[in-house]
Amino acid sequence: MSIDILLETIDVTRRFGGLVANRDVSIRVHRGEILGLIGPNGAGKSTLFNLIAGAYLPTSGSIRFDGRDITELPATRRCALGIARTYQVPRSFDSMTVLENVMVGGFVRHASSKAARLAALQVLDFTGLSRTAGTLTGELTPPEKRRLEVARALATEPKLLLLDEVLTGLTPSEAQMGVELIRRVRDAGITVVMVEHVMQIVMPLVDRAIVLNLGTVLANGSPADVVRDPAVISAYLGTRHAA
Amino acid sequence: MSIPSSPAAVPSSSSSSSSLLAGVTRHRRRQLIEAVVVFALIALLPLLVKNAYLRNVIVLTLMYAALAQSWNILGGYCGQISLGHALYFGVGAYAVSKLYVSYGVLPWFGMLAGGGLAVLLALALGYGTFRLKGHYFSIATLVIAEMGLLIVHNWDWLGGATGIQWPFGPDSWATLQFARDKTPYIFFALGLLVVTWLLTFFIEGSKWGYWWRAVKDHPEAAESLGVTVFRSKMAAAALSAFFTAIGGGFYAAFVSYVDPDSVMHFRFSLLMVLPVVLGGIGTLWGPILGAAILVPLSEFTRSYVGGSGGGLDLMLYGGLVMAVALLKPEGLIKLFARKTRIREAAR
Repeated sequence: MSIDILLETIDVTRRFGGLVANRDVSIRVHRGEILGLIGPNGAGKSTLFNLIAGAYLPTSGSIRFDGRDITELPATRRCALGIARTYQVPRSFDSMTVLENVMVGGFVRHASSKAARLAALQVLDFTGLSRTAGTLTGELTPPEKRRLEVARALATEPKLLLLDEVLTGLTPSEAQMGVELIRRVRDAGITVVMVEHVMQIVMPLVDRAIVLNLGTVLANGSPADVVRDPAVISAYLGTRHAA
Repeated sequence: MSIPSSPAAVPSSSSSSSSLLAGVTRHRRRQLIEAVVVFALIALLPLLVKNAYLRNVIVLTLMYAALAQSWNILGGYCGQISLGHALYFGVGAYAVSKLYVSYGVLPWFGMLAGGGLAVLLALALGYGTFRLKGHYFSIATLVIAEMGLLIVHNWDWLGGATGIQWPFGPDSWATLQFARDKTPYIFFALGLLVVTWLLTFFIEGSKWGYWWRAVKDHPEAAESLGVTVFRSKMAAAALSAFFTAIGGGFYAAFVSYVDPDSVMHFRFSLLMVLPVVLGGIGTLWGPILGAAILVPLSEFTRSYVGGSGGGLDLMLYGGLVMAVALLKPEGLIKLFARKTRIREAAR
């Protein structure tokens, strides 16, 4: 595995009972890129995402991260190694304030509360949440909750940030602010993998896109190439629109 | 990797964040001062209260406050609702009694032994039950505690159903026997309460406090943020069991007698949970406030109705807790609450 590959899945298959959600999926994530993981509903994006994050273990195949095999590692260990994720439906700790939520992630790298608090404040500043530091998460607006998901993940100081539909369901201006945040995350040296199915938002943002369909990799390339790929068009729109 | 602050935001946010940090420190310091005042006032109570019956009530109130505080570590902060803490209470009570009565081991060492035994038991049980979620965990703890009660009932070495009677001896701090004047028990129970309060205070400000609350709110999300969920639960269970057992050992010395139903009955598990629910679950002062209301209430109803009270005290408990659950689900402590913790400091 060359050094500029941060994450690699090798022939990863995941079954749920009789359903094969991912079949022999092999993808590579390059250091420093923003990779879009797209595909129609039921394509297996979320499954692949969860396999990388460690929420599920693959039925077969292996996953390598930063030069080591992480196939069997639980989510906690993966986080310590530098993989952080967000949830599509925000899962904030509602008995805590925004700052405290972010501190939870900070404790992976900092032993003392003071250090974790300082680090969390920096992250809040970076994500534009400083104003809400003292609010309980129940009082946040939906876009702020999404932002908190990202902030919490960033507090673990990851090498790889996995974003699960963080831009879906936002108004255009909110989505634009999200796009800017993701760019700044990448500029801070963090590799980003994002699952989205709204093509218009992701395509201008990502450096590369991998299209999944029916659990397998359908296309892989620059956004411009991928959207012109006949196989991709037929997967999204049906065969009549291809050609 | 480090996250650079966006240049425009630096001046304003760094000043607000330093005031926020100072606010946290100030808030923690004030909580300590409040604690010193409250515990000092309690320590002065024996000067005012001379009546033996009332002193008895004070001892029990302080003991249940400490027990509730111990339960709160696992149930309130880590969110693992145990309905079987009578098991650890019983382990402590029996360890102290058996070691003292049969082998002459002083109760102080007996308490440590009982505490250690409770920790081992909590870890062994936790290893199995922490894979269970929510209600299933609670049911498992209840069933295991009932099994413990049955085992002790039929265990002749521990005196079976008749239990263990402590011999009469002179009043002494070494054996924790005070037949004439019960004041020393007030100080011992207060000491235990102070220790459990301080422990909770330090946990609340440490990594474990944050991690345990994360486990309570959302275990999966906690895991994805690097929180060692299983280990967190085990640590909370061990601490909680240790102090519950110390409380059990103290109770045995206080009443100079143990039998299965007087220390391991389900009632004890309830008496540790209810003050916490009434006062405020997962809060620093909730368990103490809850115990200060419930225990005297229970003792007074029992003495008015006579005998064991025919369960009237437990009915009152149930009614109170239901009222709180409906009207003030966060617990009575919220009636006193300034805006909590950092929220206030952030303003």
